Amino acid sequence: MNTTKKTREPLFHLVKRGNVKPWLPWVVRVVTIVAAFIVIGLMTMIAFGTNPIKVYGYMFKGAFGTKYKVMRLLRDVAILLLFALAVTPAFKMKFWNIGAEGQVLMGAFACMFCIIHWGGAINDTLLIFICLLASIVAGALWAVIPALFKAKWNTNETLFTLMMNYVAIQVILYAIKIWAPSGSGTLSPLPYANLPQIGGDNFWFSIIVAIVMTAFMFIYLKFTKHGYEIEVVGESENTARYIGINVKKVIIRTLILSGLICGVVGFLLVAGINHTVSSTTAGGRGFTAILVSWLAKFNPLYMILTSLLVVFLAKGTDEVMTMSGVTNSFFSQVVTGIVFLMIIGCEFFINYKIVFRHRAKRGMAPPAPEAAEKSDAIQSPAPEAQQATAKEE
Amino acid sequence: MKKLITIILVLAVLATMLTVFVGCSDEEEFKVGIICLHDESSTYDANFINAAKDAAKELGLKDSQVIIKTGIDESNECYETAKELAEMGCKMIFADSFGHESYMIQAAKEYTDVQFCHATGTKAHTEKLANYHNAFASIYEGRYLAGVAAGLKLVEMNANKDVKNYKMGYVGAFTYAEVISGYTSFYLGAKSVCPEVTMDVQFTGSWYDVTAEREAALNLINNKGCALISQHADSMGAPSACEEKGVPNISYNGSTVKACPNTFIVASRINWVPYFKLIMKAAQDGTEIPTDYTGTIADGSVVLTDVNTQAAAAGTAAKLEEVKAALVAGTLKVFDTSKFTVTIIPPSGAEGDFGTNTSATVDENGKLLTYTADVDDMGDYIGETQVVSDGAFQESKFRSAPYFDIKIDGITCLNAAF
Repeated sequence: MNTTKKTREPLFHLVKRGNVKPWLPWVVRVVTIVAAFIVIGLMTMIAFGTNPIKVYGYMFKGAFGTKYKVMRLLRDVAILLLFALAVTPAFKMKFWNIGAEGQVLMGAFACMFCIIHWGGAINDTLLIFICLLASIVAGALWAVIPALFKAKWNTNETLFTLMMNYVAIQVILYAIKIWAPSGSGTLSPLPYANLPQIGGDNFWFSIIVAIVMTAFMFIYLKFTKHGYEIEVVGESENTARYIGINVKKVIIRTLILSGLICGVVGFLLVAGINHTVSSTTAGGRGFTAILVSWLAKFNPLYMILTSLLVVFLAKGTDEVMTMSGVTNSFFSQVVTGIVFLMIIGCEFFINYKIVFRHRAKRGMAPPAPEAAEKSDAIQSPAPEAQQATAKEE
Repeated sequence: MKKLITIILVLAVLATMLTVFVGCSDEEEFKVGIICLHDESSTYDANFINAAKDAAKELGLKDSQVIIKTGIDESNECYETAKELAEMGCKMIFADSFGHESYMIQAAKEYTDVQFCHATGTKAHTEKLANYHNAFASIYEGRYLAGVAAGLKLVEMNANKDVKNYKMGYVGAFTYAEVISGYTSFYLGAKSVCPEVTMDVQFTGSWYDVTAEREAALNLINNKGCALISQHADSMGAPSACEEKGVPNISYNGSTVKACPNTFIVASRINWVPYFKLIMKAAQDGTEIPTDYTGTIADGSVVLTDVNTQAAAAGTAAKLEEVKAALVAGTLKVFDTSKFTVTIIPPSGAEGDFGTNTSATVDENGKLLTYTADVDDMGDYIGETQVVSDGAFQESKFRSAPYFDIKIDGITCLNAAF
């Protein structure tokens, strides 16, 4: 009896799945999303007594209810997608650029700077090009500073890019104070550098830019030498160095590309949509983009779906709140949190499976390989499991 | 290739759902839309949200007839939301934040059969659109009353030897007429019962920043020795800092007595119910809405909460009633020029220094004689309207939104950078 007690296995352990059939992950994902929606419905019913069937109706109406809403949704998807495309090459390289927010803000700031200084004084088409150039330079500059530090002195890029966000916010607040001296903290929109309105709205321009940029990024990452270099640097810097890749150059070049796209986003947000700038112009999407990019496994095509999911959830829960007469934003945040937690959880279970003790004891498989499998499993998934619980808290 | 097919399939499914849902239309009933900058956790927005709900209830409108959109940024999002509400069939759309104005005007030009109303804005009287309207209230009357309560408390604390100074602190959002008008009237109210009073003002540069407001209040209490705090910003930062420090607080936008039972004295707020009733009813009946509406203490648009006897000086409630009656009767004027003095500092010539109170003229005793205020708000920041007459600064007479932005003696701005 004593010996059996000593060798007793834990209640369950995690085993890495091998040879997963290609359709299985998609089944798991679809099931998860369906389950997430069931949870949303139940939560709304418990919290506000809204009929869950109606909840789904509101969600779809909020996102797709009218042609105008559809266009707004697509435009917002396009903008979020552009944010995600901007962070993706750096992420693929395992350079944790969480400064897209600040890079976009600086792009927006540069655009507004040009509008304020030359708006009305020079030809509007010329102004658009000046704005675009200024935005790109500002965005790229904001991204390349942490990259230079990383390449030269191996500074921590996560902290650096994060801090740069706050600097960008302060730059904008300071500029607003100068531009609008009576100081209510808002800058009235200025009707200059108007991007062409395709179909009478500001929607199509952003959408087209996003489509072009997605195609570009897909090709860039998948079929070009640059893309290959990014991937190798991401996998192992030493390997990269060994095969003669200039790692510093790749880091700096990639971050310039990231910043450049952020600059374009800032330009679109100001010249294409708002014609003004504030500290909330980026609206936290620089951070949401990380989730979008990550969930899509850094694949630009999948990002279309993940950004659609994010924007759909935001618009949908917003409509549920409005229609239920709830004037507190906590619920839509909770719902979005739950859905993403479930999706991240599902990715975990696509890679790992739980094996319970009594099942293992039945002794279908010979003991030796299972033990090997077990030791492999226990080591690798542990940190990820911890991460999942940390997020839950 | 497989990925591409998956994506196309998913998009196709979404498109099908879309066509199904586009099909259903809203039933035709009278609706109004309310656009709020933050959600109800901001005291400022909560004040509008509650008023809109109360007004709707009094008019017998159902919940489904009042569509409230919260968290709408002061950007093109406001225009898009207004447009969305108009498409949903709202006959009247209201927005609550200053920065919403340009977007509301843009939407008003597009939807001429929908009434657009905007609180705290300044452009309705110059835009001259038939369907765009501004509103504000003479909140300086309420601030003045709250100031009286503050002055009484200061006098009592000094009589009891709890403190040995007559200094108040004020946490303001921006160096902006609405805030300046507010703290000046508050100060004048306190001065009317406590002539020795002085005040320090610290700005946060944000309408809602819990940390900055808390830090500002703590700085005023710890480093500046202020014996009493009031604020014009929307978070609980300042009131809760006061409760922690045991320093009396005059609040704004609504009672904070639940969170601050020992230090909350009284709060002034704008009661938007009369205005909401007016515009909802007008939109429903198709009658005219005033272009620039100023609610007053007399019509119930400016109110005080109940006095918290735990913290207030003895006899506060009775004194407030007396002063309120004088304000309602018009015998007492908040910005009576004989009650304060103004110092004019010409520009020093240094870059960015435009001097102080350069639009004013004063007599040898510092009494305000004339002041040209920037009432038209054309973006030039140059005054064009003479606003001193009958021995008082005529606040909210030429437009509803405040334009009193004089720095009077006795008030020190710790930071004017915002």
